[in-house]
Amino acid sequence: MLFDFEHFISMLPDVWKAFGETLLMIGISLSISLLIGLPLGIILFVTSKGLFLRNRFLNGVLGFIVNLVRSIPYIILLVALFPLTKILVGDTIGPVAASVSLSVAAIPFFARLVETSMREIDKGVIEASIAVGATPWMIVKDVLLPEAKSGIIQGVTMTIISLVAYSAMAGIIGGGGIGDLAIRFGYYRYDNTIMIATVVILIIIVQIIQFAGDALSKAIDKR
Amino acid sequence: MLEIQNITKIYKTKKGEVTGVDNVSLTIDKGEVFGIVGYSGAGKSSLLRCINLLERPTSGSVIVNGQDLTKLKGEQLRKARLKIGMIFQHFYLISQKTVGENIEFALKAAATPPKHINARVRELLEMVGLSEKIDVYPAQLSGGQKQRVGIARALANTPSVLLCDEATSALDPKTTVSILRLLKKINRELNITIVLITHEMDVVKEICDRMVVMQDGKVIEEGAVYDIFANPVEPLTQEFISSVVSFELPPTILEGVTGKMVKVLFKGDVAGEGVISDMIQNFEVCGNFLHGTIEYIQEKPLGIFLMELQGQPDNVERAVSYMEGRGAFVEVIDDAI
Repeated sequence: MLFDFEHFISMLPDVWKAFGETLLMIGISLSISLLIGLPLGIILFVTSKGLFLRNRFLNGVLGFIVNLVRSIPYIILLVALFPLTKILVGDTIGPVAASVSLSVAAIPFFARLVETSMREIDKGVIEASIAVGATPWMIVKDVLLPEAKSGIIQGVTMTIISLVAYSAMAGIIGGGGIGDLAIRFGYYRYDNTIMIATVVILIIIVQIIQFAGDALSKAIDKR
Repeated sequence: MLEIQNITKIYKTKKGEVTGVDNVSLTIDKGEVFGIVGYSGAGKSSLLRCINLLERPTSGSVIVNGQDLTKLKGEQLRKARLKIGMIFQHFYLISQKTVGENIEFALKAAATPPKHINARVRELLEMVGLSEKIDVYPAQLSGGQKQRVGIARALANTPSVLLCDEATSALDPKTTVSILRLLKKINRELNITIVLITHEMDVVKEICDRMVVMQDGKVIEEGAVYDIFANPVEPLTQEFISSVVSFELPPTILEGVTGKMVKVLFKGDVAGEGVISDMIQNFEVCGNFLHGTIEYIQEKPLGIFLMELQGQPDNVERAVSYMEGRGAFVEVIDDAI
C-alpha cells in the first residue's frame, strides 16, 4: 500500500515533533539572518557605486564574503561549520546545532535580497532626499526601508522557503525536523507513508508562506 | 544672491572625458526668476545639479548666501542644502509615506522641534493648496498635485533658493500654468530666488525675469527674457523663440508679394498705441498684414507684425520712418517695389 493511514496516525507524535523541530530551526536561523542580513544588505547598498555612503573597500570586502558563502553548497557548508557549531552550541546534532549553518547560509542570501530590493528604488527619490538635506540615517530609515519594504517582505518569504529546504537537508546529519524524519523512515526504511506525509507537509508549509508573504507585501504597498 | 563662477563639469565615461558644463559663470540676483534653456544634453541639468552639489563640479565655485558650497563637505554641505530647495520633473516623493509625512521628512532634516512640525506641515500644504490631502499617499494624487507636494517639501525649511529641474515637463499645459502661477506667487511672497531649467519657452515667457540659452555645455546667450524674445541673436535662441513666436509663411504668399515686406516690432506700451493705423491714415500707403502677434511677456506687450506695404516708394519710405519715429523697430524683409 502506498499510503497507510493507520500507520500515519500511529506516527503522528513523531511527525508532530519533527514539525516542531523544523519550526525551531527555521525560527532561530530566520531571526538571526534578519538581524544580521538586513543591516548587511543596507550596507552593501549604500556603499555601492554612486550612492551616498560610497565605500569601495567596505563594499568590496563585504561583497566578497557574501559571494564566498553563497558559492558553497549548503550540504558542504553544513559539514564545514561543524567546528564552529561545536564552539557555539557545544553539540553538532539537533535543531539548535543545525541553526548555526542555516543562519550562515541565510544571512548572505537575505542580505543580497535586501540589496536588490533597494536597487529597485528610483534613484531620484534618494537624490531628492539628499537635496532636502536629510542625514544618511534618515535616508535609510525614512526612504530606503519604507520604499523597499514590500520587496524586503518578499525577500523574507524567499528566505523562509529556502530555510525550509535547507532545514530538510540538515536532517541528513541528524539535525532533526521533517527532513530527518523523511530520511530515517522514508529513505532508510522504505516507509512510503512517512515519505508522502513529509512531502505533503513541506508543500503545504511552502504554499502557506508564499501566500502569506505575497498578501502581506501587497497589503503594505502604498503605490 | 547666487553666484556661479567658472563651473566646469567633466564626466569620465568609458569612451573618455565628456564636458557636461563648460566654464559657465552666472550671477543671479536675490528674488529673481532665472531660466536656463537648452535642448537635452546641453548641460543645463548638470549645471543646475552643480548648484546644490548633487553633482560636484570639476572646477569652479558656487556661492549661495555668501558661502562657497564647493568648499563644504558632509555635515556642513547637508546643512547648506537645507536652504536650497529643489523640485523635479518626476516629483520624487516617498511613495510609502503620506503627503504630510513627506513634508515632515524635510522638516526633520532641519531638526525642527516635533511640536512645531504639525503646524508647519499644515501651513505649507495650505500655501500650495493641498490642505485636504495631508493623509493621502502620493499614488492617489494627480501629477500637478504631486508637484505641489514637491514644492511644499522644497520650501519646508524656508530656503533662499528654489531649483526647478524641468518641473513642469511632465505636466499637461493647464496644470503647467497652475504650477507656474504657484511658483510666481512663492517668488513674490517669499522673495525666494528661483532657478529653473526647461526646454519649453512658454515656461520662460510666463515667469522668468532673465534667461540664458545653453548649447554644448556653454552659455551662448544671456539677457532679460523680454529683450531676448524681442531680439534673439544666436540661431539656437531664434529657434527656441520661434517655438512660441513663429513667422513661417507659406511660399505661395511670398511669391505674391508686390510691395515692400517689413517686419515691425513694437516693444512695451507702443504695441498698444495704434501706430500702424495712424501710419495708414497719414500716408498714402496700403498695409497688408501677413502675420502678426502680440505676446505678453510678464504682462509687458511685445508686438511683432509682418506686413506688406504698397504705394508710392516715397510714401512707403516715409511711412517706415514714421513708424520708427513712434518707437517701432522696422526690418525690411523683401522689397518688390
